[in-house]
Amino acid sequence: MISFQPDFCEIALPEEGHYSIEDYGSSKARWCSGCGAHTILHSVQKLCEDEQLPPEKTVFVSGIGCSSRFPHYMKTYGFHGLHGRALPVASGVKFRRPDLNVFVITGDGDCCSIGAGHWVHGIRYNMKMVVLLFDNSIYGLTKKQTSPTSPLGTHSNTHPRGSVIPPINPIQSTLGFANVSFVAQTIDWKPAHLNATLKKAFDHPGLAFVRIVQRCPIWMRDTYEPTVKDPNALTLLDHEDGIVLDEKAKSTFRHIEQHDPSDLLKAREMAELVKETTPIGLFYQNKNAIRYDEYGAHNLGISVEERIGAINTLMDRYAI
Amino acid sequence: MISNPASQPSETNRFERTKIKEAVIEIVSDSGEGAQKCGQSLGAISAKMGNGVWTVEIIPAEIQPPARSKAGASGIRVRMGSNKITNMGDHADLVVALNEQVLYGRIDQNAYKPGTYLLIENKWATHTEETAIAYKESIEHFKELGYYIFEIPMEKECLKHVSDAKKGKNMWVLGLLCNLYDRDLEIAANQVKYIFRKKDEKIIQSNLDLLFAGYEYANENFPMHFTIPSKLSEEDYVVMNGNEAISLGVMAAGIEVCSMYPITPATSATHAMAETIESAGGIIHQAEDEIAAIGFAVGASYAGKTAVTITSGPGIALKTEFIGLAIMAEIPLVIIDVQRGGPSTGLPTKVEQGDLLAVLYGAPGDAPKVVLAPSTIEECFHFVILARKLAESFRTPVFVLTDANLATGVQPFPRPKIKAEWFPEPLDQSPWKEGVKVYDWDKNTGISKRPIPGQKGGMYTLTGLAHDEDSHVAYDPAINQRAVESRSRKLAALRETLKPPTIHGDEEGDLLLVGWGSTRGAIEEAAERAREKGAKVSSIHLRFLSPMEPGLKNIFDKFKKVMTVEINYSDTVGNPLITAENRRYSQLAWYLRAQTLTDIDCLSNVYGQPMSPIQILQRLEKELNLTLID
Repeated sequence: MISFQPDFCEIALPEEGHYSIEDYGSSKARWCSGCGAHTILHSVQKLCEDEQLPPEKTVFVSGIGCSSRFPHYMKTYGFHGLHGRALPVASGVKFRRPDLNVFVITGDGDCCSIGAGHWVHGIRYNMKMVVLLFDNSIYGLTKKQTSPTSPLGTHSNTHPRGSVIPPINPIQSTLGFANVSFVAQTIDWKPAHLNATLKKAFDHPGLAFVRIVQRCPIWMRDTYEPTVKDPNALTLLDHEDGIVLDEKAKSTFRHIEQHDPSDLLKAREMAELVKETTPIGLFYQNKNAIRYDEYGAHNLGISVEERIGAINTLMDRYAI
Repeated sequence: MISNPASQPSETNRFERTKIKEAVIEIVSDSGEGAQKCGQSLGAISAKMGNGVWTVEIIPAEIQPPARSKAGASGIRVRMGSNKITNMGDHADLVVALNEQVLYGRIDQNAYKPGTYLLIENKWATHTEETAIAYKESIEHFKELGYYIFEIPMEKECLKHVSDAKKGKNMWVLGLLCNLYDRDLEIAANQVKYIFRKKDEKIIQSNLDLLFAGYEYANENFPMHFTIPSKLSEEDYVVMNGNEAISLGVMAAGIEVCSMYPITPATSATHAMAETIESAGGIIHQAEDEIAAIGFAVGASYAGKTAVTITSGPGIALKTEFIGLAIMAEIPLVIIDVQRGGPSTGLPTKVEQGDLLAVLYGAPGDAPKVVLAPSTIEECFHFVILARKLAESFRTPVFVLTDANLATGVQPFPRPKIKAEWFPEPLDQSPWKEGVKVYDWDKNTGISKRPIPGQKGGMYTLTGLAHDEDSHVAYDPAINQRAVESRSRKLAALRETLKPPTIHGDEEGDLLLVGWGSTRGAIEEAAERAREKGAKVSSIHLRFLSPMEPGLKNIFDKFKKVMTVEINYSDTVGNPLITAENRRYSQLAWYLRAQTLTDIDCLSNVYGQPMSPIQILQRLEKELNLTLID
C-alpha cells in the first residue's frame, strides 16, 4: 500500500479523507423559507470544506432559539444546550481540547439578553473559536417578542405600540469588553462577504466574534427589506488587513470606507455608523491578545505517576 | 537557627495531673485575633500525640463584625480524647475568651454548662470607663451562671515578649492550653515553626517565645492540670477538614477541570488544592457566575475531560437548569454541594442539611441523579473518587452533599494511599463502532456508552430536547416515555449493587435513629450513651440517598419507632396550627416516609449549629421516658 504521494506523480491520487460539502450536511434545515440562516448554514459548510475540517474534530455549540438549531443540520459534533449558555459550554469544550475546532452559534436574545454575562466573559477568555451571532433583531421561535437588538419602536407581541428602550449595538458593546481580539460584521445576503468574513474569523488566533445581520422574513420583513433592497444602506469597511473582497464583489457597494482593524478607538467610532448605514467588515483584530485556552492546555499530558507524586506532596502537609 | 529561649519550661510535671478521657475546649475572640489558628494548632498537636480530635470553627457572618460584640464571636471548638472523636460534643469544659462580650453569643447557643472554666482576658477591666463597667457586669453575670472564672492578664504577659500583643496572643494561649492539657511541648514548638514557615526567623522566634511563656504562666496560676492519655498508631495518619479532604479527593479522582464560583462555605475546598492541582493534571476555572461554572464543567465533560463543580445551596439553585441538561443528555459530572443555611442567602457560614430535597427533586421534569452524602472527613475524600467513577459508569451527574460542619470540622484519619486505578482511563479516541447508537440504552440497566468529540464516526448533536437513541429530537411521544424510563433505570441498576446500611446497636428495639451526612458522630454517640443506660436505641446512617440503600423497610419494621435526626426544618406538633396531620416533616423523614410507607418522626432544627449528642439524648429521654443524661 502506498502511504505517500510521490512528488513526481502527475496524476492526483484520491486524497484519503477528503471531505466534500455534503459530508458536513445532516438533516434538512427546518428554518422558514427565506430565513437568512439557510445562507449562513451553506457558507459555514463551505468554510468546513475549504478548510477540510475533520467532522469528528469539529464542534458546534449553540444555545436556544431559531439559530441555535444550527448544530442539528451539521454532520459534526454538536451541542444544542441551554438558552444563553453556549459560551460557557464552548469554553469548557475548548479549554483542554486544543485539537478541536469550536464554533458557537447564538442569536440576539441568546447572546445579548439571557446570556449577556457570558458574552462579556467569553470575549475576555479569548479562546480560539468562532462565535457567530445570528442577529435578526427579534425573538422568532417564541413568535415575535422584542429582542435586545430590536430597533427602537419595533412593534412586537410584547410591545404592540412599539418598543420603548433603545437597542444594544452588539459590535459597539463587544468592542468595549476586556481582551477583545476580533470583531466583524457581515450580512446573510451577500455570500461573498459572508464567506470571506468566516474565513478571516476561522484564521484568527483567538475568539472571533462575528455579528451576522440576518433576515427574518416572517416577523421582521419591514425592517430588513429596505436594507436588503437599498444599495445605500451598507458601508463596506475596506483594508488590506480586513475582509478582502475581489473587485467584482467590491463593486456592488456604493459606500466604501477605509478602516484599519488594528485601531480600536476608530473601530468603536465606526460601530456608531449604524445610525445611518450598516457598516460591514472587520472592525478590530488583535492577534496577540492573551488566550485562556493556551493556559488550559499548558499542563496536558501529565503522567499518572507525576499526578500521584503531586497529591502525595500536598498530603504530606496534613501528615501527622 | 531558631533557639529555644532560656524561659523554656524545663520541668513539665511538677504537679499532679487529673487523668481525663476527653475535653472540649473553645477559644473565642473578635475576628482576626487568631483564635482559629490557635485551636487548629491544638488539634494538630493532639492528633500528632495520638489523641482523637474533632474541631469545629465558630464563624461570624461578616469579615470584620464590630469588636467586642455578641454577633462577632469568632473562634473554634476543639474536642480531644483518648479514643476516636466523631463530633463536637456537648458543652465546653474550658473556654479562653479574648474579650468577655463574645461569650454571650456562645452562651445563647447553650455551648457552656455550670462548671465550665472561662479564662478571660482582663485588660478590659482597666480599659475605657464604659468597657470596664461592661466587663465587670459580665464577670458577675457569668459567676451567677455557675461558670468558674479566671481573669487573665493575657495582653500584659504577652507584652513582656512582643511589642504588639494583638499578633501572637493566640500562641501565648496555645502555650497555656498545652500546659493545662499536658500537650507535648516539642510537638507544639514544631507546629508553631510549621505555621510560620514562610515568615522570617524573628517572627518564628517571637511566636515560640510566646508559646513557652504561655506554658510557663500556666504552671503557676491554675489549680487544674489535666492529662488525656493517648496511643500513637502504627499507621500513618493525616489530619484535615472536610473541604481539604474534598480537595485531595478531587485530585485523586483524576479531575481535569474543577469549575467554580466563589461561595461560602464551599470555596475553601478549592483553595486547598489551588497550588497543587496543576501538577496533578487538573486546572481550577473560576467562572463568571455559578451557571457558567457548571456550563464550563459540562462542556469539558462532554469533550471527555473529567470535571467537577463545587458550590453551596444558592449555587445549586442557579445551576439547576444545567443539572437538568446533564441528566437529559447524560453527561457525567461531579457536583459537590457544601450545604449552608437556606433558603436564599440564609446563613452562609452556618450548618444546615437543607438541600437534600432540592438536589433530589429541584429540577423540572423527571431528573434522576445519584446523590451521595459523606458522613466523616475521611469519606469526603473517598466519595469524590467514588462519585467520579459512578458519574462515568452511569453517564450521569453525581452529587456529593457535605455541609459546613464537615467543611470546617477537622479529624485525623488513616492516610489514603493514592492508587493509579482511581484515575480515569486516557481519552478514548478510537473510531466509534459503526451502527452503535449514541444513546444505546441497555434494556436492563439503561446504561449506554457515549462518543467523545474527536472520535471518528461518532458525530452527533447532543440536545436538551427530548431525544431518541440517535440523539434526534423526539417528535413521537413514545420516544420520550422510553428515554425517561431508561434514565431512571440507571438508578435502579446502581441500587442493585448496594448493600443495606449497617445497624449500630441491636437489630430490633424501641427506637431507630436515621441520619445522613455530618450528624453521624453525634447520632452514634448519643445512641451509644443511651444504650449504656439501658435504652433500646439503634441507629443507621445513609450514605447513598439516591438511589436509596436497599432493605430499609425491613430494618424499620423491627423497631417500634423510627426517627430521623437532621439539621433542617420541620414543624413541631403543638405549635400554633400544627397537627400531626398537617405537619411539614424534615427532608430525609419526608423522603423516607414516601419511599417506605413507614410513619417516621424527625428530630430537626435550624439553629445553624452542628447536632450535639445531648440534643439527641434530650429527645430520646422524652421519646422513651427514661433518664439518659447524668
